Amino acid sequence: MSSQAYTPGLKRKAATLVRKTRRLPVQGEVLVKKGDAVNSDTIVARAFLSGDVEVVNVAGLLGIDPWETSRYLLKKEGDEVKEGEPIGMVKLFFGLFKTRAYAPVSGTIERISDVTGQVLIRESQVPLEVDAYIPGEVVETFPNEGVTIEIPAAFIQGIFGVGGERKGNLMMIAENPDEVLTPKQIGSKSKGRILVGGALVTNDALQKAIKTGVQGIVVGGIDDHDLTTFLGYKIGIAITGQEDIPLTLIVTEGFGEIAMSEKTFSLLEKFDDKPVSINGATQIRAGVMRPEIVIPRPELVKKKLADFRGKKDFLEQGLLPGTPVRIIRKPYFGALGVVSKLPVPLQTVETESDVRVLEAELANGKRVIVPRANVEIIEE
Amino acid sequence: MTPPTEPSKREIRPEKVEVILATDCGSTTSKARFFKKLGNEYRFVASGEAPTTVEAPFEDVTLGVRNAIREVEELTGHKILNPDGIITPTKGEKEGVDLYVTTSSAGGGLQMMVAGVVKTMTAESAERAALGAGAIVMDVMAVDDGRRPHEKIVRIRYLRPDMILMAGGTDGGNVAHVVETAELIDAAKPRPRLGIEFELPIVFAGNKEARGAVEGILGKTFALNVVDNIRPVLEFENTDPARNVIHELFMEHVMSHAPGYDKLMKWTPIPIMPTPAAEGKMFRTIAETYNTNVIGVGLGGATTNVYSIYENKFVRTVSANLGMSYSICNVLKEAGTENIVRWVPFDCLEKDLRNRLYNKMIRPTTIPQTVEDLVVEHAVAREALRLGFEHHKLLARPLRGVQRRRTIADIFEQRAFEESYIDMLQVDWLAGTGGLLSHGPRRAQSALMLIDGFQPEGVTKLAQDSVFMMPHLGVLSTVHPRAAIEIFEKDCLVRIGVCIAPRGVGKEGDIMRVVVRMSDNSVLEEQVDFGSIKAISLEEGEKAEVEISPYRGGDVGRGPGRRRKVVVEGGVVGIILDARGRPLVLPDDDDMRKQKLIEWFKALDAYPQRLYEMCGE
Repeated sequence: MSSQAYTPGLKRKAATLVRKTRRLPVQGEVLVKKGDAVNSDTIVARAFLSGDVEVVNVAGLLGIDPWETSRYLLKKEGDEVKEGEPIGMVKLFFGLFKTRAYAPVSGTIERISDVTGQVLIRESQVPLEVDAYIPGEVVETFPNEGVTIEIPAAFIQGIFGVGGERKGNLMMIAENPDEVLTPKQIGSKSKGRILVGGALVTNDALQKAIKTGVQGIVVGGIDDHDLTTFLGYKIGIAITGQEDIPLTLIVTEGFGEIAMSEKTFSLLEKFDDKPVSINGATQIRAGVMRPEIVIPRPELVKKKLADFRGKKDFLEQGLLPGTPVRIIRKPYFGALGVVSKLPVPLQTVETESDVRVLEAELANGKRVIVPRANVEIIEE
Repeated sequence: MTPPTEPSKREIRPEKVEVILATDCGSTTSKARFFKKLGNEYRFVASGEAPTTVEAPFEDVTLGVRNAIREVEELTGHKILNPDGIITPTKGEKEGVDLYVTTSSAGGGLQMMVAGVVKTMTAESAERAALGAGAIVMDVMAVDDGRRPHEKIVRIRYLRPDMILMAGGTDGGNVAHVVETAELIDAAKPRPRLGIEFELPIVFAGNKEARGAVEGILGKTFALNVVDNIRPVLEFENTDPARNVIHELFMEHVMSHAPGYDKLMKWTPIPIMPTPAAEGKMFRTIAETYNTNVIGVGLGGATTNVYSIYENKFVRTVSANLGMSYSICNVLKEAGTENIVRWVPFDCLEKDLRNRLYNKMIRPTTIPQTVEDLVVEHAVAREALRLGFEHHKLLARPLRGVQRRRTIADIFEQRAFEESYIDMLQVDWLAGTGGLLSHGPRRAQSALMLIDGFQPEGVTKLAQDSVFMMPHLGVLSTVHPRAAIEIFEKDCLVRIGVCIAPRGVGKEGDIMRVVVRMSDNSVLEEQVDFGSIKAISLEEGEKAEVEISPYRGGDVGRGPGRRRKVVVEGGVVGIILDARGRPLVLPDDDDMRKQKLIEWFKALDAYPQRLYEMCGE
């Protein structure tokens, strides 16, 4: 029997069928149809978000009681107004003096309230477009909501990222996975690229990358202090992807100087200079959304990959003897191995806690006991 | 709309229930607890845990629940699952359960925005009501909160809450400001977090004179529910009607749209309860059973929930983003690195500590394997508890806007009405639950975390949840109170002991003396230097009479420096004599601080020898 009591692992696949569902946050219009071929920049759906609202205290501005508001307004609900246009007026001393209230923005009068004396002006709608993000074929459409796009691709998940979706050609900067990415390595050729570093990226290197116009950086680790300096604030919870930053950062291993996993590094190396789509969005809840690197491989025959998909993922199978795992907590943090035993009884670890454990055989042949919660499955 | 599963308590015949399964779908972990009637009483049998699977890539809460239950099956050999869900009722000795109940805080729990007219009056009452219902309050909006109308509209639109509670005005009082708030909400047109095509539920619990206008503005676009005013008059707060409708809407509008909950709701014959609501129910049980003032805490992965039942007033706060896994770095952010490091007795580079916590944040389901890691997590826990309690005290305070006559004593003591009404000298019980507290390998660790986080004063009983089952028993108590109470007393509530701690700070050389008369009439005399802590063994179920002579200026409930005689009950740690002073201040000098921590840990035998070896002891 397999065990499911483990931390969900990261995917690192040289060939898989990547499906991306692109949905609008509100209902709108789908611009492509099933079977269409799209590239990563194709706009696949569009919606209009209602505009911002400006509240004008007309009663206050005109010096009248709220219940008199409608009487002194020059506009009614639904009327369009231009910025600076008078929307209300009071005449004093037989019309000798006039007090006016003006529209602070252009838009439509949405509500006139004789209770509060306020007028709400809604600015014009804001278009919202969703692009395909990856090239491929539209395999499913959701009326008024979006589409699903499919492409054979290499697919790698990082552990943490910041910044949203970006596209560019991959560029190996580091020669080895344990190198530190320095500003010197970033030059004019890096412009518009997704750079792959080694064990660490410093804030200095990130700043140089921004100046150079780099689209993204994929690296093993980052110090929390550098991340804070880069973002300008401390991250309290790992829900990211919406940061207003000029490049996307994907960390594959964790915080601190940690060499990128050899296998991840060599997989990325294979696709040097190829176009990729990346997304730093991370949402760490139990199911987790991890940052990702999608390297489209249209040359692969889709049918074969579809067959491949039929195979059960490690993730679905759970932990079994032979499952490749990475240990993600001290004292073996970062070590790779395979599950050698899954004892059923609880075992006491150094903290004196009785926990469910597994025995893992590490790459160097050493066998270690670790809590099942402290491994993640590596899916290849 | 009818909830997918109507409460069907009628169908449950408690006398027929022999085997019970309860689960809690936490933000990090789904926990299954298996109970059985053994002889004539209900007892806890086994537990299983697995990562929660409410979010991508799984997006089905039942997968995590199944995995947790599978652990129970493995450990007990009792078959519970079939392809459709839970086998009910039992079939023979080793198959099925008679009752399945569950709580949930997964997927962010119940996230609410509240609004009122005056920040410290109706908005504060609305916040208390939402928190009381077990919600996480994302924002509190009020006419006088200092934000401009368009800023509020942008904020409401951005938040995407599960529900909005709107209060404002006493009955027959202000209408205009209530309408203004409704207009802002309408203008923002917020969408619910789950299910983009559904109407966002709004509960209006404000001035009854404003109901017509509010219905006119919000009734068409939102699922508006009108209930009795939360502050019908300034002197009275009426949170129950709002709280009840929030619970109904939680099931109807929120849970039913969360991934996999449609299935889960069919597995259980009673409504899924928000975890903090169920947890609070059990803390109330302690207060009711022992007729006493209780402070309880649920230290979770994403939130810290603090409960006080003080002079019959029940207040619950949920500090979102103060937790031990997803939000561990938010504790770091709020408390500051130096406040966490101060609880660590070994050399620890701040940079390493921060990276260690960030790595926990991105891999939240991992657990400490080394003592070093355990101590660091306990350091964070102390700060999460301290911050959670500070937040709680902001809401556990007298109603604002009520005219009070200040007495001469108030003037002399310069007592401010803004302060919390919780007087730690009057708190009789301090109890904790949550993964970290319940799974602490030694109970003395939880005792120290609770004491350092809350700083109880006088004589306070300490208790904790044995293996984290208070939420499970809370929801069970709604349909089978007998089973819930029996398991609570025998298997859940672990009596840690009693903490004796004088209020006030002494000087070096000051001494607290105690004379302990055991039940066999043997007498033990102990003295504790100011700045130290000590434990006297007194087993669970045993009683002793203790005469306490605090250090000069120290108050144990009879006034500064005065003696107190009290009968105390034992526990797994016993009588803890805490003469470290209140407030508790750690030495500024780094070496002295580490030395003191080791001294305190050793005094309570809190950690394995390995820790002291690491510290060069």
